[in-house]
Amino acid sequence: MHIPDGYLGPTTCGFFYLIMLPIWTVASRAVKKTLKARQVPMLAIGAAFSFVIMMFNVPIPGGSTGHAVGGVLVAILLGPWAACIAITVTLVIQALLFGDGGITAIGANCFNMAFVLPFTGYYVYKLIAYNCPANSKRRILAAGIAGYLALNLAALLTGIEFGLQPLLHQSASGQFLYCPYGLNVAVPAMVVEHLLIFGWVEAVVTALVIKYLQQHDPKLLGIKNEV
Amino acid sequence: MKTIAKLWVGLGILILLSPLGLLLPEHFKAEEAWGEWGSDKIKEMVGYLPRGLEKLSGVWQPPLPDYGQDQGSSVLGYMLSALLGILIVVTIIFLITKFLSKKDNL
Repeated sequence: MHIPDGYLGPTTCGFFYLIMLPIWTVASRAVKKTLKARQVPMLAIGAAFSFVIMMFNVPIPGGSTGHAVGGVLVAILLGPWAACIAITVTLVIQALLFGDGGITAIGANCFNMAFVLPFTGYYVYKLIAYNCPANSKRRILAAGIAGYLALNLAALLTGIEFGLQPLLHQSASGQFLYCPYGLNVAVPAMVVEHLLIFGWVEAVVTALVIKYLQQHDPKLLGIKNEV
Repeated sequence: MKTIAKLWVGLGILILLSPLGLLLPEHFKAEEAWGEWGSDKIKEMVGYLPRGLEKLSGVWQPPLPDYGQDQGSSVLGYMLSALLGILIVVTIIFLITKFLSKKDNL
């Protein structure tokens, strides 16, 4: 899901940087206002978790690979704005240091994975786990569904961003300038592999950690921790 | 042991296990993620290298491309990349929050 340099044209890259600027600003303000000093290690762990979980490439035998983002878990534990900051830091380091995701595509990649993903996951989780006790089984289910839906929505958006490029940028001779695959190819490719495989990875990872925390430190699932 | 300490240990275990993300795709002959192909592969798939893509794809030369896998597959390189990445991410989060946090907000 890490769009590399060269796949998105300048219009798309600029557009998503512009969209992300106010989101990053609000996220910083929200974290400044509500994140407590004792939550800082948790935020660091969340960002680190997201970084390393994205290195676990899951193969489709003979096909492509994909991975979880871990961002829904961070959103559930610390709130979506804090998760936005954590995942943004992760994505920027991945792009700058390791070339995973392009630097021109940081805006788009952050929109998909650091904004849409944690917010979708957070609200789906809230909706399903609504008011049930911290140790309730429903929270595990809610975390799994939230992870699954959020990763798939992020994959859909990535597919749309790829797929718009042939419409936006074409040379006079009819050759495409950036991602050469249109919506009819990019969207199904991204959506199907995430619906079938990678979405489940995010679901299982999120649900298992929530289950573990329920058993070991249920107060981390309390509502007072949110940013 | 406090939960936070256990979670740090958990991260350490994930770093040690991270080469699975390298070895499993190799074992199952799975290739890169959709839309993350290198220039050669695109040329092969499409028949030409899109001009804008050719220009933009070289705009940034990361110091450790592909988590240290550009010189061939290395389990140790992958693990060290995970460790280094985590150290940097954690440091930045501590710096950002130090910069952002209010002193009375304990």
